[in-house]
Amino acid sequence: MGDLNTAMIEKYRNRFLKEVEANVEEGEWVKMCMQCGVCSGSCPLGKFWEHPPQEIFMMIRAGKRDEVLSSESVWMCTSCYNCIVRCPRELPITHIMHGLAHYAKRLGLVPKNQPTAKFAQMFWDNLMVKGRVNELKLGLNLYFMNGIGDGVKVALKNQKIGLGMLKSKRMNPLEAVGGHAVKDLKGFHAVLKKAQELEDKRLADHGA
Amino acid sequence: MTAVVATNETILVVGGGISGMTAALEAAETGKRVVLVEKRPYLGGRVTQLYKYFPKLCFPTCGLEINQRRAKMNPNLTILTLAEVTGLTGSEGDYTATVKLSPRYVNERCTACGDCGTAVEAEFDDDYNYGLGKRKGAYLPYRMAHPARYVLDPAIIGTPDADKAKAACKYDAIDLEMREETVEFRCGAVIWATGWKPYDAAKIQPYGYDRIANVITSVEFERLADPNGPTGGKLVRPSDGREAKKVAFIQCAGSRDRNHLLHCSRICCMASLKQATYVADAFADDAEINIYYIDLRAIDRFEDFYNKVRANQNIKFIKSKPASIVADKDGNPIVHGVDTEGYNRFAEPHDLVVLAIGMEPAVDKDAFPVSIVINREGFIEASPENGGVFAAGCASDALDVNRSAQHATGAALRAIQVVNRVARAEV
Ligand SMILES: Cc1cc2nc3c(=O)[nH]c(=O)nc-3n(C[C@H](O)[C@H](O)[C@H](O)COP(=O)(O)OP(=O)(O)OC[C@H]3O[C@@H](n4cnc5c(N)ncnc54)[C@H](O)[C@@H]3O)c2cc1C
Ligand code: SF4
Ligand code: SF4
Ligand code: SF4
Ligand code: SF4
Repeated sequence: MGDLNTAMIEKYRNRFLKEVEANVEEGEWVKMCMQCGVCSGSCPLGKFWEHPPQEIFMMIRAGKRDEVLSSESVWMCTSCYNCIVRCPRELPITHIMHGLAHYAKRLGLVPKNQPTAKFAQMFWDNLMVKGRVNELKLGLNLYFMNGIGDGVKVALKNQKIGLGMLKSKRMNPLEAVGGHAVKDLKGFHAVLKKAQELEDKRLADHGA
Repeated sequence: MTAVVATNETILVVGGGISGMTAALEAAETGKRVVLVEKRPYLGGRVTQLYKYFPKLCFPTCGLEINQRRAKMNPNLTILTLAEVTGLTGSEGDYTATVKLSPRYVNERCTACGDCGTAVEAEFDDDYNYGLGKRKGAYLPYRMAHPARYVLDPAIIGTPDADKAKAACKYDAIDLEMREETVEFRCGAVIWATGWKPYDAAKIQPYGYDRIANVITSVEFERLADPNGPTGGKLVRPSDGREAKKVAFIQCAGSRDRNHLLHCSRICCMASLKQATYVADAFADDAEINIYYIDLRAIDRFEDFYNKVRANQNIKFIKSKPASIVADKDGNPIVHGVDTEGYNRFAEPHDLVVLAIGMEPAVDKDAFPVSIVINREGFIEASPENGGVFAAGCASDALDVNRSAQHATGAALRAIQVVNRVARAEV
């Protein structure tokens, strides 16, 4: 467990709900949940979750810090928004899920080889290079995420789609070498640097 | 022409449901002059469409009959049906009301013999039965209607049916020349008792009310259970007429939901507990009833009724607000969700699903003919700014009959105080 994490536990002790409210995006909504169950029943990934959203919110209130933050569940959300449109209390469930995942990542509590987390990192790294997502590279990286053998298999399976995309000019093979950048790449990086500074300051002031 | 004798010591009651009737009778029986304005062709409002009352499971007809007799006997009470208040000007102690009267095409000579109904042919959706059945274009709205007088549907006027009806009447009671009228009269105080309406179930999209025949609302279920209703009291499903033995009740359908009604409609938990007994009584051991709920709100003395229902082994309670309903190929509605006691996923088929639909105010926020304080749920808020206008019953909140009647009596007292002040000032 990292130092940051130990310090956090000290700070909030059993007040995990407060910790979530202070540190997780849209976390202040968690207490509004009335445990009706609509979100869990509406989630298309429902049966794959260890703890559906409703249960996660209850676990937060019950102070189950480790179970929540190191759970696979907070990484399961695909942002379909089914839950948000149906929640009778209008909780921004999708955003809370991503907020929890993000917070878990900050604390270094992501389960090993969590595929969504891996993909998110890949996406971010890809985006950082040119200021825009290089879909070809991202796609290739994704295919080979689980090793060469697996990657070749997936690539062959999707061959037709790839060719179709080439034909309809939705994919440019030249992007594989280099790839084009946003107009002001320097500016883009400067914006992100500033954003990071602001975020760090916010955390230093209010959060961890 | 209709003439209404009224002064600024008259009390106007808008809406003749159980609340408006109660307020009007209480005031009239103290000797005050009262004009009762009702939009429908008959009095009683929505309780006339209920089969039984919780918690005693007695019949609404009983209390209605008493009230109707009180109304008939009281010389101080003027009843205007098919009437709507379109304007109200002035202030406490001195109002002028404008009332629009729609033609009934049948006068007071009607004996309710029914010959006109037999003579006409065209049929229309029966709004008394929430559209579950049909009625003729010359009809008595329901068995106990007061006034006990037939009505011609405006849609048959100018068609051969209208002439057939007129020809069939031996009492010269049909007057095809009746026209819409507007009357104006004075009043000192107003009791606003326009009641509630069921929330539009089709807006709760995941429950498929507009797509699945065997998903109905609780108000429709009352009509199915009533021996005088469209199925003769048989609990059968709309799609194929098969007996509905396995029934789901879905609580808070439209209530306690920021996408729909913000408030708890307060009566629907009790209504579903009551309706569960309809199914249990009809099918005994073959009945299978599932009540899906967030919390059960059987308040104060209703706890006893809840415990009685709970003791029935065929009635199960599932703590879950279902996520969606889909129909299988046989038209069975399948209720999907996750329960809150164990987070178990379920997909439960039923014969019929009843949505315990929320109650919203009958009159739209912007449709009041007078400026009045309305809360965010659309109900009338008690306020000095309302002057001599007082809400009664469900116009003020989602209430059961008992509380509506109590509230209406309170409103009558307030109105009486206003006209008493007027009377004293004029001595
Ligand atoms: C499914 C269900 C089951 C229920 N079962 C029970 C039960 O078992 N026991 C119980 O105690 N309660 C029950 N209730 C509640 C009960 O229906 C209400 O308490 C009752 O109807 C309230 O009476 P009201 O007079 O205030 O309103 P309403 O019954 O709505 O009467 C209002 C009247 O005003 C008229 N009106 C409306 N607008 C105008 C206008 N602009 N001008 C003139 N007139 C107008 C209407 O036509 C109507 O006649 C149930 C409710 C539901 C939804
Ligand atoms: S739908 Fe909303 S209120 Fe219901 S359990 Fe989910 S988050 Fe809570
Ligand atoms: S937005 Fe996420 S949590 Fe919500 S229903 Fe979709 S996948 Fe499930
Ligand atoms: S209008 Fe005439 S025919 Fe029709 S019910 Fe009344 S009396 Fe009978
Ligand atoms: S009375 Fe029961 S069903 Fe109706 S809104 Fe309230 S909790 Fe929901």
